[in-house]
This record gives sequence, C-alpha cells and structure tokens, in this order.
Amino acid sequence: MVIDCKHVWDHISGYLDGTLSSEERDVVQKHLEHCEICSAILDSTRNILILTADERVFELPLGFSERLHARLDEEIRGIAPTPAKSD
Amino acid sequence: MIASILAGNTNEFHDLIRPYERTVYVMALTLLKNEADAEDVAQEAFLKAFRNLREFRSEARFSTWLVSIALNEARSRLRRKNTVKMESLDEPPDEQGHISPALLRDWREIPSQALERLEVRRMLQEAVSDIPLIYRETFLLRDVEELSINETAEALGITVASVKVRLHRARMMLQKRLAPLLKQANPTRRWFPWL
Repeated sequence: MVIDCKHVWDHISGYLDGTLSSEERDVVQKHLEHCEICSAILDSTRNILILTADERVFELPLGFSERLHARLDEEIRGIAPTPAKSD
Repeated sequence: MIASILAGNTNEFHDLIRPYERTVYVMALTLLKNEADAEDVAQEAFLKAFRNLREFRSEARFSTWLVSIALNEARSRLRRKNTVKMESLDEPPDEQGHISPALLRDWREIPSQALERLEVRRMLQEAVSDIPLIYRETFLLRDVEELSINETAEALGITVASVKVRLHRARMMLQKRLAPLLKQANPTRRWFPWL
C-alpha cells in the first residue's frame, strides 16, 4: 500500500509513541525510506520532544522547595488529616 | 506511606510529594503563565492534597490524583483572574482540523547543549505556552513530565483516544512553529578544510 505525505503526517505522533498497528507502522516506515521531507518532519518532531522534555526548559524557581515545605510544615502542625472513623 | 501518614505520621507527607514538585509547578505555570501565581497554586494544590488525603482511592495513582488537584486549582485560578485573557477550557472549534507541519528538506539535530542558551529555552517555553490549553495540558503531562498515555488520560479525566489526538496536534503545532526557529537559531557550523 502506498500512502501520501499528508497521511504520514497524521501518523507521526503514533509512530514516535509506538502505538501504530504493525501494518500502519510498516507503511509509514516504507514511505519514510524514500521521502526526505517526511523524514525531516519526523526527525525534527522527535528532536523538539527531546529538547522540551529537558529539565532546563521548565525549571523550579530558586527556593521553591524550601518555601513549599515550610508552608506544609505550618499546615501539618495545624491540621492533621482527618483520622480514620472507628465505625 | 499514605496509610502511615493517615495513621498520624504526618511528616512523611513531605517525602511523599517530593517527586511531584516539578510536575505540579510546571502544570500550574503553563496554565497561568505567571511564576508567582504558579508557585502559589502549586502550594495550594499540595495543601489540598494533604487535607484531602483520606479521599485518595488506592486504585488510582497518587501522581495522577495530585495532578488533577493541581489542574483544578490552576483552572479555578484562571477563571477568577480578570486581568488575564480567558482561555477556553473547551475544545477549540478546529479540533478536527488538520495541522500541516513545517516542511523541511533535511533536519540537522539540535543537541541538548543548545539549551544552555537562554534564548533557546525561552523559545521553547513560549512555543509551549502559546498552544491552546487542552493541547498544552496533554503535551505537558505526556511529553514534558513523561507520564504514560494512560496516566495522562487519568489525570485529565479524558479518554486514551482523546489523549492521542490532542498529543498529535500539540506536537504538530510545536513542530510547525519551532522547527524553522530552531533551524535559524542553530546555523550549521561549517568547517572549511582549506582554512
């Protein structure tokens, strides 16, 4: 089965996640072998996912943890979670 | 650990939530687009989780339960904030439309070292912040916080099929915007053997 580029674009996400059926994957794979545009789209998408998942992109602000745990401490000292009912 | 906290060892709550600090903050930040608000909402979400720990059902995952609390907190903060332009929490009208990616003839890999440049980090943050909310939430949980597709569906209260559709659209939107920008920001270094 031969598919066009637009059809391949619809499958890029599933291809990256490995959620395509084996038939779909084979068809996409075959198309990618000879289509430099779709290969570049796949490679750039994969590259962008690696970059956005890097911890340096979305960092916790300085002192975030300390402030959070200090606030939790106040809460924990004040209110403990409701104890289990005995009945 | 949850049973132990409920039995009175409340200090263990600190250790329970440590692995999820970043996830909760990042979710709040990308919804609210403001660091101070995001930190406040993240703190509120953790406090709420502590107060309501008894309601946690052991058949659910603690991570997705926590994320859904954080999402609800962030969404209600968004609704309350009059100064911020409201973003629709419903599906955008073009949900079914096709998104064409940026067409390229080749792709030279951008290495992770590029993230040492503030300009590149900003470019990525802005691109993620600009995609519509329902796609952004899905993308963040799955691709930034690396939850599984099932966990993402559970945290967002949507079906696995919806996660897949939204994820695909988010990724295509990001590729369309970022591929040309990143290519420009990372010009190929050429080595001339005769120099």
